[in-house]
Amino acid sequence: MEEKNYKAWLYLLPALLFLGAFMVYPLIDVFIYSLEEGYNFASQSFSGIGTYNYSYILHDTFFLQAVKNTFILVFITVPLSTGIALLISLGLNSIKKLRELFQTVYFLPYVTNTLAVGLVFMILFQKTPYSDGFVNLIIQFFGGEAIDFIDGPYWAKMFVLCFYTIWVVMPFKILILTSALASVNGDYYKAAKVDGTSRFRIFTKITLPMISPSLFYLVITGFIGAFKAYSDAVALFGTDLNAAEMNTIVGYVYDMLYGDSGGYPSYASAAAIVLFAIVLTITVINLMVSKKHVHY
Amino acid sequence: MRDFGVNSEIWVEIQRKNNYNNKKEIAPGGFVNVKKETVMIRMKVVLSNLTKKFPNRDKKAGADVVAVNGFSFEIPDGKLVGLLGPSGCGKSTTLHLLSGLQKPTSGKIYFGDDDVTNLPPEHRGVGLVFQNYALYPHLTVMQNIVFPLENQKGKDRLTKEQMREKAYEAAKLVQIEELMERKPSELSGGQQQRVAIARALVKMPKILLLDEPLSNLDARLRLQTREEIRRIQRETGITTVFVTHDQEEAMSISDLIIVMKEGVVQQIGEPQSVYDDPSNLFVAKFLGTPPINVFEGTVRGGKLYIGEEAVLEVTGISDRDVAVAIRPEGFVLAETGAFRLDLTRVEVMGRDVSVVSTHPFSENETIRSIIRAENMSEIRGTTVRFDLIPQKVFVFDKETGARIRTDL
Repeated sequence: MEEKNYKAWLYLLPALLFLGAFMVYPLIDVFIYSLEEGYNFASQSFSGIGTYNYSYILHDTFFLQAVKNTFILVFITVPLSTGIALLISLGLNSIKKLRELFQTVYFLPYVTNTLAVGLVFMILFQKTPYSDGFVNLIIQFFGGEAIDFIDGPYWAKMFVLCFYTIWVVMPFKILILTSALASVNGDYYKAAKVDGTSRFRIFTKITLPMISPSLFYLVITGFIGAFKAYSDAVALFGTDLNAAEMNTIVGYVYDMLYGDSGGYPSYASAAAIVLFAIVLTITVINLMVSKKHVHY
Repeated sequence: MRDFGVNSEIWVEIQRKNNYNNKKEIAPGGFVNVKKETVMIRMKVVLSNLTKKFPNRDKKAGADVVAVNGFSFEIPDGKLVGLLGPSGCGKSTTLHLLSGLQKPTSGKIYFGDDDVTNLPPEHRGVGLVFQNYALYPHLTVMQNIVFPLENQKGKDRLTKEQMREKAYEAAKLVQIEELMERKPSELSGGQQQRVAIARALVKMPKILLLDEPLSNLDARLRLQTREEIRRIQRETGITTVFVTHDQEEAMSISDLIIVMKEGVVQQIGEPQSVYDDPSNLFVAKFLGTPPINVFEGTVRGGKLYIGEEAVLEVTGISDRDVAVAIRPEGFVLAETGAFRLDLTRVEVMGRDVSVVSTHPFSENETIRSIIRAENMSEIRGTTVRFDLIPQKVFVFDKETGARIRTDL
């Protein structure tokens, strides 16, 4: 028994070593940094220990803006993208002709580079002195007024960011959900049909519970992914996100480390720890909710 | 007998549809006044020239696959019918056509006097038990059984209490009342089977359909469950059709068996009469364990020859080559018997003895004959001699396999 235990640990050792060195240790280190005031990389010195770093970022308007942006992004894109992906998957699942073609089309964004897609979105949405952009042309065609989605009002920029995020995360969700739907045994639907079950009831009482593990997986990873959003905003609005009012929490951390205002690892660490706490809380809530509604 | 009162809602639905088709008005509530208490649902089922073709997967091969071909039959009400055949013979397709999950290419289906050919499954009032049971894994046994009742809408909808009552009634019938709060994954195969039957029975179907009901159970449970199906069918009186590839299963509990082969009905009848009087070589071979022994034979001058031995007298048949099939129990040991076989070995089975032998004109590699154990001592040497029991010997056309009726 003892020897078996020893063997098991030996097998786990590589993973433990790497996880420890590159996950656990940095996490603890970041937490320590976040408590060390005025830490300086060059001199490896700090002026004191306390909660000042947290106090500073929580009073920093840029950080608060970033938190607000992140939350809006998360709570709009996760439900919307999952919902739309579910609708599309249901559609894909019920057609026979051209199904593979559509599956490929829907999967294309997944294999496309984020920055390239960002460029395309900019061309679609941006308003320049020479051109109003494709989207504005459509708006004008229907009698609306041109809006600058990239440098214009806050809501317009947020709309583009959400739209973009949803579009980028959709393929993966569709992929997961179509395979989840396809793996539901057809006999359940036949049985329901013989019993005269309405389509709505089939969906809510059979389909949803059957694919709930996949849905739950998508919601959890969706939340975590959206909280960590950064590159999408950069792709659309450039690197000076604070000026564009489009910064995210991860963007703020990056800026504090390396940006124009860089060189503040303590503030960056504090912001990172705040993000960690938020993601942890949301995930725990998700897990608690899932206990009731997810059927494995 | 248990109260499985009239299934008024479905009944009314069908009536209404028929009347609608006939452009007749139906008096409001005209059929709701059917006596609810004691009327048993007895429903004969008529299949008329039923054919189902599937388009061929392989487009180049062209021709459609005919799963069921010209199936005509009337199932008398309140009977337990076994649909029997080798895999791929169209028996499951026939069941799906009955349930309405598949539409026939041509032909008609009647439940009672109602043409249900184009009626969707939910309006036919059938209960279907799937081979894998198809119990909803996320629902408890109770929720599973109540599920069909919760689908009903409008005035047919029962209150929660009534639903629970009906569910308990159905559960009691299949003896699973103690398991109501379990999930299907916490049940044994046999218990899941019972839950599936209860779910099919709870809405009081006019016809109960069972797809390979015993194939997922182990041998002991299979014996027990087939008795159970028989009992449930007797208690409810519901016309029941079940599909199986196991001839023993079908023979043991069915009132009637239907033997199918490649989409075509071979023979319909009571199990014993089909066994005793097969209409062709396929049916003769398919029924019975050990299987029937087939020989090449000839009829010459009123005698049936296997090889050079005249084994039986036959009348009413001209000289020709035939296939001779002899049931294992059709052999009688006799010192001077006409039919000589080369003995391979003797298998003792307790009550009976199985004599395994070979013969140059046998279609099977070995020939099995069953004799009583007390006669075993008569077997000596390398050959055995038998007399044949004429009722256990059947003569078939060599090419078509059709039965040649003769007086043996």
